[in-house]
Amino acid sequence: MTSALATELAGSGVAGVPAVRLRALRKEFGDVVAVADIDLDIFDGEFLTLLGPSGSGKTTVLRMIAGFELPTSGRIELAGADVSQRPPFQRDVNTVFQDYALFPHFDVRTNVEYGLRVKKVAKSERKERTDAALASVRLEEYGGRRPSQLSGGQRQRVALARALVNRPRVLLLDEPLGALDLKLREQMQVELKAIQRDVGITFVFVTHDQDEALTMSDRIAVFNNGRIEQIGSPADVYERPATEFVAGFVGTSNLLRGESAQSIIGRPGVFSIRPEKIRLVAESDGIDADEHSAVGVVREVVYVGDATRFVVGLDAGAELVALRQNLETSSMQVNEYRDRRIKLVWRREHEFQIG
Amino acid sequence: MSQQIADTVEGDESLPRRLSATAYRHPRWRLTGLLSAPLFWLGVLYLGSLLVMLISSLWSTDDFTGAIIRKTSFANYHTLFTQPIYRTVAVRTLLIAVGVTVVDALLALPLAFFIAKVVRTRRMKYILVIAVTMPLWTSYLVKGYAWQVMLDRNGAVDWALKPLGLHGPGLGLPATICALAYVWLPYMVLPVYAGFERLPGSLLEASADLGAAAGRTFRSIVVPMIIPALVAGSIFTFSLTLGDYIMVKIVGGSNQMFANIVYDNIGIAGNLPFAAAAAMFPIVVVILYLAAVRRTGALENL
Repeated sequence: MTSALATELAGSGVAGVPAVRLRALRKEFGDVVAVADIDLDIFDGEFLTLLGPSGSGKTTVLRMIAGFELPTSGRIELAGADVSQRPPFQRDVNTVFQDYALFPHFDVRTNVEYGLRVKKVAKSERKERTDAALASVRLEEYGGRRPSQLSGGQRQRVALARALVNRPRVLLLDEPLGALDLKLREQMQVELKAIQRDVGITFVFVTHDQDEALTMSDRIAVFNNGRIEQIGSPADVYERPATEFVAGFVGTSNLLRGESAQSIIGRPGVFSIRPEKIRLVAESDGIDADEHSAVGVVREVVYVGDATRFVVGLDAGAELVALRQNLETSSMQVNEYRDRRIKLVWRREHEFQIG
Repeated sequence: MSQQIADTVEGDESLPRRLSATAYRHPRWRLTGLLSAPLFWLGVLYLGSLLVMLISSLWSTDDFTGAIIRKTSFANYHTLFTQPIYRTVAVRTLLIAVGVTVVDALLALPLAFFIAKVVRTRRMKYILVIAVTMPLWTSYLVKGYAWQVMLDRNGAVDWALKPLGLHGPGLGLPATICALAYVWLPYMVLPVYAGFERLPGSLLEASADLGAAAGRTFRSIVVPMIIPALVAGSIFTFSLTLGDYIMVKIVGGSNQMFANIVYDNIGIAGNLPFAAAAAMFPIVVVILYLAAVRRTGALENL
């Protein structure tokens, strides 16, 4: 990230100073290196997602920013101040937990108020801010309920209100949508993003769900084995994956390598092509000068409602997946493609060399 | 066809399996089989003997021959309530029971917290829980006399405190509280440990995250959530202490607890009806205590 863009993104904060700055951050649990010397700047007001499989270190990074774990070595700065060794209650961040962590012996209002009470905010202001926080997550009517009387989505929103009411510099979200069912999760994704835009607080969001990351983030940091493999906008990460791991984890792994790469692309290396960039045409069809193509047999046809995935075994040896919108075809028709010879065509600008 | 299958299956079955199948069709038989033994134990042996005790507490003995007179009167209770010595002993016993419970609670809270929330490996947790229960494998008397040796004049406690210019409490009521708190400690640690196990670690993190330092988290989150477990433990330590008469004999010097009155009236005085009346005291106190804690919802955690 260039310093000009950094300044621009810094927004309301001190110009040029990121909301969170991680330097050579490392965490070991016994012999296991959970986080291996990470550098990361998180800018004021951005929605940054830490994306990766379980055990990749993303949650440990979040917990170190929150203060639940102390780093083995390295620095954590919040708005320029070193907080590496500070306990959670001396950091201007708040967390939305995976299991929500609502206090079961308090009602919703007391839960949301808790942080303000602890900080001895005056009663009138406390009431005002609690009301506003409950309203922002549309739970005005539920202040008197116990957490056990709420649905999963409502608990999720209480947890969000309880954190946001403190107006932290950074809000940390640890797979907060993981326990919700798909429909609710998609709805909450949109809602979370809208709330973030409204309050303008920096969100650091941990997930292993690539769709969630692509939907919500300004930037995505892809984690693997305790390191950041790539950091960039959703489009960057999806369309221009920097490594084989990123290509495989974000989206469908669609790789050409070795001899098949040599014969199809014309040079050695590892190349990634996203399935929706590939067209299916008849074997005899010609192609344009700025396109590449490969011939093969359709091995599998997977009808997914709005689209169909074709798994094609190429004559050159590799296997590619092509995705086609079901504009005019039906499930009966797409199944007729099975075992047919076919030609895959894509524009050269859509193939990315990652190795 | 389905009839055929049923026939073959049933015909090939062994006796236990057929019995099991019959019981499955008759829920009442199942219930009878399950509960007859415990109900007999509780109903006849336990509640029955309590009832006998209650009735016999209304009898009396002939002053001259010592024979039991089976005539209902409240004379025993009248004596218990009017003679100041019994009130003194009753109050002393209650204070000892409260003291033992408080000491155990103060010891159990950090210990149980450590085992449940600080220790990371399952294996180490099991080892520590077993270590906590280990004193229960030794005889109560051995532990009592061990405390006597330690607390007696010129015992280990005096010896250890001597360089500081202090001396131990010696034998007496503090020693009684000390020794009883020691023997009943596992009964407090185990429920409190279970309570901490049920308390999600994320709640403590959430409290710290919202700005609360350790003291505030302890008061606002830990204590309210652990109180049912503490009450569950206190029911054990409190009622076990109320009924105890041996420890005070070993380490209590010349002091008496209420159960000594029962013991002495059975053994030395031979006044069984009066002993029965005196034995009602801890029962009544524990019933009152249970009624009080029932309101806290603690009994759901037993």
